[in-house]
Amino acid sequence: MMHIISALVENKFGAFNRVVTMFSAKGYNIHSISIGETEDPTVSRMTIVTEGEDKVIEQIVKQLNRLIDTIKIIDMTNQPKVQRELMLITVSYQKGTRSEIIDICEIFRGNVVDINNRTIMLEITGPPDKIDAAINVLEPFGIKEIARSGTVVLRRGEQIRKLPKEYESDHKKINGDKK
Amino acid sequence: MNTKKNKMSGADIFFECLKREGVEYIFGYPGGAVLPIYEKLYDIDFLKHILVRHEQGATHMAEGYSRATGKVGVVLVTSGPGATNTVTGITNAYMDSVPIVVFTGQVPTHLIGNDAFQEADICGITRPITKHNFLVRDISELASTIHQAFYIASTGRPGPVVVDLPKNVMNSITEFNYPDKIELRGYKPKVFGHQNQIKKAAMMLQKAKRPLLYVGGGVIMSGGNRELYLLAKENNLPVTMTLQGLGAFPGTDPQSLGMLGMHGTYWANQAVNHCDLLISLGARFDDRVTGKIETFARNAYKIHVDIDPTCIDKNVVVDLPIVGDVKHVMAELASEITRKPDLDEWWEQINKWKSECPLEYDMSDGRLRAQFVIEKLSELTKGEAVVVTDVGQNQMWTAQYYKFNHPRSHITSGGLGTMGFALPASIGVAFAVKDRPVISISGDGGFQMNIQELVTAVYYKLPIKIILLNNSFLGMVRQWQELFHAEKYSFTDLSDGNPDFVKVAEAFGVKAYSTDSPHNVEHLLREILDYNDGPVMVEFKVAKEDMVFPIVPAGASISDMIIRRLDPKEMV
Repeated sequence: MMHIISALVENKFGAFNRVVTMFSAKGYNIHSISIGETEDPTVSRMTIVTEGEDKVIEQIVKQLNRLIDTIKIIDMTNQPKVQRELMLITVSYQKGTRSEIIDICEIFRGNVVDINNRTIMLEITGPPDKIDAAINVLEPFGIKEIARSGTVVLRRGEQIRKLPKEYESDHKKINGDKK
Repeated sequence: MNTKKNKMSGADIFFECLKREGVEYIFGYPGGAVLPIYEKLYDIDFLKHILVRHEQGATHMAEGYSRATGKVGVVLVTSGPGATNTVTGITNAYMDSVPIVVFTGQVPTHLIGNDAFQEADICGITRPITKHNFLVRDISELASTIHQAFYIASTGRPGPVVVDLPKNVMNSITEFNYPDKIELRGYKPKVFGHQNQIKKAAMMLQKAKRPLLYVGGGVIMSGGNRELYLLAKENNLPVTMTLQGLGAFPGTDPQSLGMLGMHGTYWANQAVNHCDLLISLGARFDDRVTGKIETFARNAYKIHVDIDPTCIDKNVVVDLPIVGDVKHVMAELASEITRKPDLDEWWEQINKWKSECPLEYDMSDGRLRAQFVIEKLSELTKGEAVVVTDVGQNQMWTAQYYKFNHPRSHITSGGLGTMGFALPASIGVAFAVKDRPVISISGDGGFQMNIQELVTAVYYKLPIKIILLNNSFLGMVRQWQELFHAEKYSFTDLSDGNPDFVKVAEAFGVKAYSTDSPHNVEHLLREILDYNDGPVMVEFKVAKEDMVFPIVPAGASISDMIIRRLDPKEMV
């Protein structure tokens, strides 16, 4: 079964590599992975989509926790959450098909971000199944290139403080003092 | 003026940190990238630098030192080949959870990534084989990084940490600031086990009719041998130990069943097969212990105490996990037990297995056997020596026939199975242990890996007793070839290539003896035990076709154990 794991890690040299190395050393599969800074610049959030039986997922979560640079690991699979992926897709068009493609883009609430004589580039965001659906519909027009960002997720609702107070970085404490 | 006084170079800060960590010995080898450190080292007197002959040797020495003392072992090597030579030793320490800190030199930061002379990405290389590693890119991070390295290596489930030190960082200058407290938000090892889980464990133990303690190296590492002794003795519990657990409970005690697993005793493995409650203490259900997972202790409830949550349910799914320091958990568990289980029947059964199938070997043809040597050694030293073994038959025979009475006395390469471990590791031990004999046991194959460290033993006049069990074969591999690979003795016969080991040892300056007669064993063992003027070696030429029994074939059930070599007549 697919699982979505959200990991808060130190925004440090090598931290990302450590996580990826763990997956390859233990033979676990990574379906998609995305990483970016959070509201605290010393912390990055990694969203990892992986697949495995419950026993494997349990080991993955434990092994991630065991790394020194990981601060918090949450299996988001069964949590109330918002899940998004961004896709840039370049499709070729002929006379007459351009407006059809733009219609489809609108149905998926995407944007046209680039166009030339032969191709059109769309930006579509949504949960992965919506992205898959858009690809399916655009397929007959001739897809030239696709770039997908990988999944990102956040839990719904008001958040309890992500990190216990004492783990907050100095950066945040300093900023807090300024207020 | 005052602020100027506080300014120190990276190399000065390095030594100031080691001083505060209480480092006594560094095992190292100089080179270009660590020259600034070696320049300072020249005038340092609060610690001793031990010059090795190969960086792999340094890592094994640090491991031996650490395992004998419980302190962190320290290695210092140069960049590039110096660093890559430590990889086997680091992996060995990682697999056996030994706290060592390896300082590697690195090319100056502006040359990193340039394929500079003697550059190697040692942080990249060691990422999967260290508990953690650091590249110090700025001198401002140096003191806190070293402090963290020692903290991470020695706490929780211990392990090796690599600190990569670029040359320019060692030369730059800054104010020295040693952090008093370490705050790592991603690393909070758990010490105390969950109260309710421990209560449940106590209840299960009181109800059990056939309980068994399965003890691993974690008990020794946590310093919990006393707690184990009290828990086992007060409740009359049988104790079986893993290879790394040997010594956690006295081997001469009647409650010790010896080692379990692939080459474990018949009665220990039978006890695992028939127990109704298996309590794993600081062990990790390794495949060499469990054999076929599905049939391992299948009649038993399983309790697993371990400080590392990833160990729990990794190989064997357990009924009651307790995450915490096994020393604390054992003490609390013992205090929760109010009613001692009645185990008379269980002990009767175990003792029956013991008499049915004791450990035995046949010397009726008059040729020398390694088992006989180890048994005599155990008798003569009364189980008081620190014995360091290599990998293979010599290791398994020592585990079977030497009765270890103390923790930190059996030092061997378990998880990784590194040939060439014994000699350098025993050197590390010999720096730490002065009041008991230090014995290094190798086969003729492993002895030739890291044989260069004989120089180190001679130079520092270390009274190591080297026992070379020479069967002119890679014995364990030969054994598997005989049992499982159609008797094709493919490249395991060393008899034509082996050197004259006595001459080799003498060339290094080691006093050496050799014999192939059982009659000389006792007298030669006494001779080397009494010899105190540096290292001494005795080569025992033993029967080459001998095998370690019992053996559970890899992946088979414990009940499929092979007890002895079948007579050709029986095989029909």
